[in-house]
Amino acid sequence: MIKVENLNCIYGEGLPSEKQALFDISLEIPDGRICAVIGHTGSGKSTLIQHFNALLRPTSGKIYIDGLDITDKKTKLNDIRKKVGLVFQYPEYQLFEETVYRDIAFGPKNSGLSESEIDRRVRRAAELLEIREGLLKKSPFELSGGQKRRVAIAGVLATEPSVLILDEPTAGLDPKGRERILSIIGSLHREHPQMIIIFVSHSMEDVAKTAEDIIVLDHGRVYMHGSVDEVFADSSRLLETGLDIPEMSKLVLALKKSGVDINTDIYTPDAAYNRIKRILTENGG
Amino acid sequence: MLETVNLRFEFRDEDLETGEITSDEVLHGISLKIEKGSFVAVLGHNGSGKSTLAKHFNAILTPTSGEVLVGGINTRDKKRLFDIRKSCGMVFQNPDNQIVAAIVEDEIAFAPENLGVEPHIIRQRVDSSLKAVGMYEDIHSETANLSGGQKQRVAIAGVLAMSPSCIVLDEPTAMLDPKGRREVLKIINHLNKSKKMTVVLITHFMDEAAMADRTIVIDEGKILLDGTPKEVFSHIDTLDGIGLDVPGVTRLIHRLRADGFSLPPDIITTDEAAGAILRLLKKDTQK
Repeated sequence: MIKVENLNCIYGEGLPSEKQALFDISLEIPDGRICAVIGHTGSGKSTLIQHFNALLRPTSGKIYIDGLDITDKKTKLNDIRKKVGLVFQYPEYQLFEETVYRDIAFGPKNSGLSESEIDRRVRRAAELLEIREGLLKKSPFELSGGQKRRVAIAGVLATEPSVLILDEPTAGLDPKGRERILSIIGSLHREHPQMIIIFVSHSMEDVAKTAEDIIVLDHGRVYMHGSVDEVFADSSRLLETGLDIPEMSKLVLALKKSGVDINTDIYTPDAAYNRIKRILTENGG
Repeated sequence: MLETVNLRFEFRDEDLETGEITSDEVLHGISLKIEKGSFVAVLGHNGSGKSTLAKHFNAILTPTSGEVLVGGINTRDKKRLFDIRKSCGMVFQNPDNQIVAAIVEDEIAFAPENLGVEPHIIRQRVDSSLKAVGMYEDIHSETANLSGGQKQRVAIAGVLAMSPSCIVLDEPTAMLDPKGRREVLKIINHLNKSKKMTVVLITHFMDEAAMADRTIVIDEGKILLDGTPKEVFSHIDTLDGIGLDVPGVTRLIHRLRADGFSLPPDIITTDEAAGAILRLLKKDTQK
């Protein structure tokens, strides 16, 4: 479980350029949840997730992961990083090893595991990320962009963290590539039911398809936090901060505005189809 | 404005050790005409050849066989390279890879300076280009401090400063957040509608393709579909088959039509979908 208590982050404290990025954030994420973090650029999303693996230290406040106080200076960074794996934006630029295998093995190797355990983890992570056996011997630089990204995610997954954080994992991918990453997130969730998966996204369709919970940040504060159903049912609140909403929510809001009796908690294509079909049928269409 | 005639392109690669040459044909005979002042979206997934095609429009690449004409000039004519680049500017995906100057003003002046434009005209062009993209207030800002969306607008202004008649944008919004995306799309629309510029927008976002007058779908180096967005998106099965998306409302209406509801087949926006559903409901209550 992740527990955040009164987290504040001020960049350049005391300098003329001082800027507060996070204001008094308190939240809990229970084990085994897929949680999306959404918000405008500059809303504090990246700042928040970088606190989760101690890349950034809070100006004040506490963060506990499985009860471990990661904001305590005495807590070893190595212990934190073993628990929390962070995949940056465009992680394909971070590959550096001679082979795909060695790149994925880099994390577990640094945790001082035995050769056989490292091998097991590399193969397992590769399998989950749909990286074929034959690719493991190749240089990462011979791969396509989508393949590289999956290798980068596998490298973090191979450390078997209890929290996996992905910063915009589908950015810049085409529809096929996005679909693949989202379905992999789904299968990671099934294979590691206890693992918390947090992903940052600008795509409401991705969030609607994949997440269970949503944290909405706005100007460094938690603006909304709840299940996907709860947050999207209140999509007019999302619109108020200038955020996007799922395409189906837009349609439902437009229908409701014109007097159609329809609930705003509909945001997936299937739910919209079923509901609209019923409305049309009941009205003799 | 732009024309390709049976354009074929292959990438050649020479193995430095064995000297063996491998080649891979990416474009298999593309013929198309893009009219002056039109707004054309080129849709395709990664590896479809859409970026390779785009790079032919200002002679970054020249065809292996076939011809490409930009404003009537054949791109093989090396002596006319400056004329081609002047009439057809290009904006790329990554905002960080195409900005060379430290200050916004210098960035915009870069191209006209290289073209040998008179200083007082450069001044005018820098100012008017920045105004056109809504970045005039940032004229003295450092380019490094801009957001992604602002950088793309500066990149567009840099192209405008050459006063081209055509602008080709290769996935200009792929790396932007929704706000940056909206800003850039607004500018693109404005350039086409108010300034009558020819716009070629390479994208894999179908909502962007829906903004255009014409959508061309490229798959495996060939033109698969070509028509108005409404025509193209009505081919749901074809698009599904190659892993491209169609707007969610298009799919929804398609499903409802399959159930026998008499809804129009060419819905591509949320407003159109809501309107069509409401009309159907109203008609029924009137009965």
